[in-house]
Amino acid sequence: MKSPSVFNHSSPHVQANTDVAKVMLQVLLALLPGLLVIFWFFGWGIWIHLGLACMTAIACEALVLKLRGKDVMLYLKDYSAVVTAVLLVIAIPTVAPWWITVFGVSFAIIIAKQLYGGLGYNPFNPAMVGYVALLISFPLQMTIWLSPFTEFGFVESVNIIFWGFDAHLSVDALTTATPLDELKTRLALAETVSEIKMSGIFGAIAGIGWEWVNLAFLGGGLYLIYQKVISWHIPVAVLSGLFITALLFYLIAPDYYLSPILHLFSGGTMLAAFFIATDPVSSSTTPKGRLIYGVSIGVLIYMIRTWGGYPDGVAFSVLLVNMAVPTIDYYTRPQVFGYQKLDDTKEE
Amino acid sequence: MTHAKPNLYTFAGGLALKGHKTLSNQRPIAQLPIPPQLVIPIQEHIGQITEPVVKVGDEVYKGQLLARTTGKISSPIHASSSGEIIAIEHHPVPHPSGLQAQCIIIATDGKDQWLTPPRYQSDYLNKSTPQLLQKIADAGIVGMGGAGFPASVKLSPKQSIDTLILNGAECEPYITCDDLLMQTHAQDIMLGTEIIMQILGAKQCFIGIEDNKPKAIEAMQHALKPLGKNNIEVVVIPSYYPTGGEKQLIRVLTGQSIPSKAIPAEFGMLCHNVATAYAIYHAIAYQQPLISRIVTVTGSAIQQPQNIDVLIGTTIDDLVQACATDPANIPHLIMGGPMMGYSLKHIATPIIKTSNCVLALEQALSPPAMPCIRCGQCADVCPVQLLPQQLYWYAHAKDMDKIQNYALFDCIECGCCSYVCPSRIPLIQYFRYAKQEIWAQEKEQQKSDHARQRHQAREARLARQKAEREQARAKKKQALKKSADNQSDDPKKAAIAAALERVKQKKAKQTTSTDE
Repeated sequence: MKSPSVFNHSSPHVQANTDVAKVMLQVLLALLPGLLVIFWFFGWGIWIHLGLACMTAIACEALVLKLRGKDVMLYLKDYSAVVTAVLLVIAIPTVAPWWITVFGVSFAIIIAKQLYGGLGYNPFNPAMVGYVALLISFPLQMTIWLSPFTEFGFVESVNIIFWGFDAHLSVDALTTATPLDELKTRLALAETVSEIKMSGIFGAIAGIGWEWVNLAFLGGGLYLIYQKVISWHIPVAVLSGLFITALLFYLIAPDYYLSPILHLFSGGTMLAAFFIATDPVSSSTTPKGRLIYGVSIGVLIYMIRTWGGYPDGVAFSVLLVNMAVPTIDYYTRPQVFGYQKLDDTKEE
Repeated sequence: MTHAKPNLYTFAGGLALKGHKTLSNQRPIAQLPIPPQLVIPIQEHIGQITEPVVKVGDEVYKGQLLARTTGKISSPIHASSSGEIIAIEHHPVPHPSGLQAQCIIIATDGKDQWLTPPRYQSDYLNKSTPQLLQKIADAGIVGMGGAGFPASVKLSPKQSIDTLILNGAECEPYITCDDLLMQTHAQDIMLGTEIIMQILGAKQCFIGIEDNKPKAIEAMQHALKPLGKNNIEVVVIPSYYPTGGEKQLIRVLTGQSIPSKAIPAEFGMLCHNVATAYAIYHAIAYQQPLISRIVTVTGSAIQQPQNIDVLIGTTIDDLVQACATDPANIPHLIMGGPMMGYSLKHIATPIIKTSNCVLALEQALSPPAMPCIRCGQCADVCPVQLLPQQLYWYAHAKDMDKIQNYALFDCIECGCCSYVCPSRIPLIQYFRYAKQEIWAQEKEQQKSDHARQRHQAREARLARQKAEREQARAKKKQALKKSADNQSDDPKKAAIAAALERVKQKKAKQTTSTDE
């Protein structure tokens, strides 16, 4: 009797048409509108940095995988390094020098991701670790943003990124503080919010340019929820945590505290809510845990923005709550079917 | 008594899977010529193994008893056709382990001659419950949905049963044997349901059928009408995996969540498969043992997928050949459905009472598993609301205490988590491994406990014997001493002692008298 060549494979024998690479590609696709808006307002620099970041990420990932004796091509093809690179680049000013991106991405991939064990094992969001490393080490380069709509071509961008500011150009003429930065500095000088908002860097909802960046990431994020790449829990929790806290203080003293809408559409809010906090590896995985995790990030963003030393607090908030994830997950286990309540007394 | 079902309930998780049902349910049920050889395992059920009552060289008739039960939870085996017993030996059987087991092999004579041909008895219901149960036990009926638990045992629960649930959900993709059975033999299933309800004294019955089987639903509703029973209801349920799981189906139909480790009977409910009801009807009304069943032969590697009425013991190569397929061209052979079935190593494996589907796929999944990215999709689809990613983590770390805290043993191995995993981790394989490991540890523990108890008993016995010996020796010594005291002294000494004693007594008397 003939015998077919069978694999002793365990059930199930069918699988959904999905893999890590497809998930990551969806995320990249959802980031595209935001990237286009950044390009529109802040110039060619975004693409140059993006190219640099992707090359650095792939090179670092390949190097460490090789050193660790892993299948380099298999892991490169999951696109997770590229996603980290893109998320970090979005947070870097478009006129920052090239080595900022190279250093930040290398730090993110090598230290924050691979040294912890690579894909799936990093307790902290690699892009945010890279960003914080840059922000602490090079605060000057990390806070100079081009004023929106500056006439700034491709050649000028290349010049500024690779050779520093052109002698003919004045730094002050081209760049400006971000709206959140401006608000923070001038609120400290006892000006009211409404006075500061007259300064001409604000649009209909929030800072000119930034409001559109946030809207674009909101759109991309909704696409991810629609495609079931992410669940609604974390974004909704982050945004409502931020919104409700902001609303509370705004109602008490609208002249000294920013409006909740301004918070939602400023800085990295939408990017954090839909793309950073939702990083599956470093976020909470239980339904209830995701809500606690998200709200904590939202509240922390508000606290750092309002009372902290930095104008935006997205990266610090995410990293701080990343630390709490194992504890959150432990205490928010769902009730198993057929149990009244999980027996916690059995825990050691 | 009318039990209207205004609405259905849901359970958490689950998947809407592509059915692939039309592949096999468009053709009528095929009949096979009698295969030249039948390989009949002596264990086709859960419980004690049977004991062959025939020997090599015996001529057997169709329906003749081949192996008898050896315990309370067991089920007899009958010959599926007439012929000669040519061997009783180890042979590949349908089992996930891929191991061989004892089988009775019949070379058929082609006459298909019955020992006692099935004869319809119109007064079949006119019997006592023990008599009906005995007939079901004698006919070798086991649960045909997959578990293979002896039906007569399941039908005599300690608890009183209020509701019978008949499972016609057939939620796994590809499988259509129950669909075809309901389409073609709805009346027999209904009559079987009546018998089961009489045995149990059940007040009502829900027959759950997924809405992807409109023809079966129609046939069942049509067969229900002439019975004139308004306490039996055909309930159309959504096609959603794993609705056909016992506890999931009960949840959908009644809203009752059966607790972990509890059985439905504790809640006055009992669940049976439609094919079992059909077999019970034939056992009671025709005295016919369970020697055939309908099997779906399907999958991308089968040229002509269809359902076949198969004699128990027919080997799978006979089946696939009947579907115009060369057995050598099957890359991946599965017994059961794609979600819960198991790979078969041998094409010569026989069909048994619980085999519902032979699935032949063009390729096995063997994608490289990537690390878990904790996306949590597995937890979202788990119908038991477990956290598969945590279970995987603990299985990986071999932390068998933690994994039990995360309710590993409530996993029904439905496969939903593995199905959706973007990292393609064979989660179910890890969970099975962990279960095996824990069972092995428990066995080991029992063994060592037993050994320790024996050791302690021996120590105690030795100590006791020693103590007894010591005691005996001491007694003896004392006795010896006493007798030595009495005997070894020479008479002189004794005489002196006696004299002294007398003097003492005298003195004592005098003193007392002077005192007075």
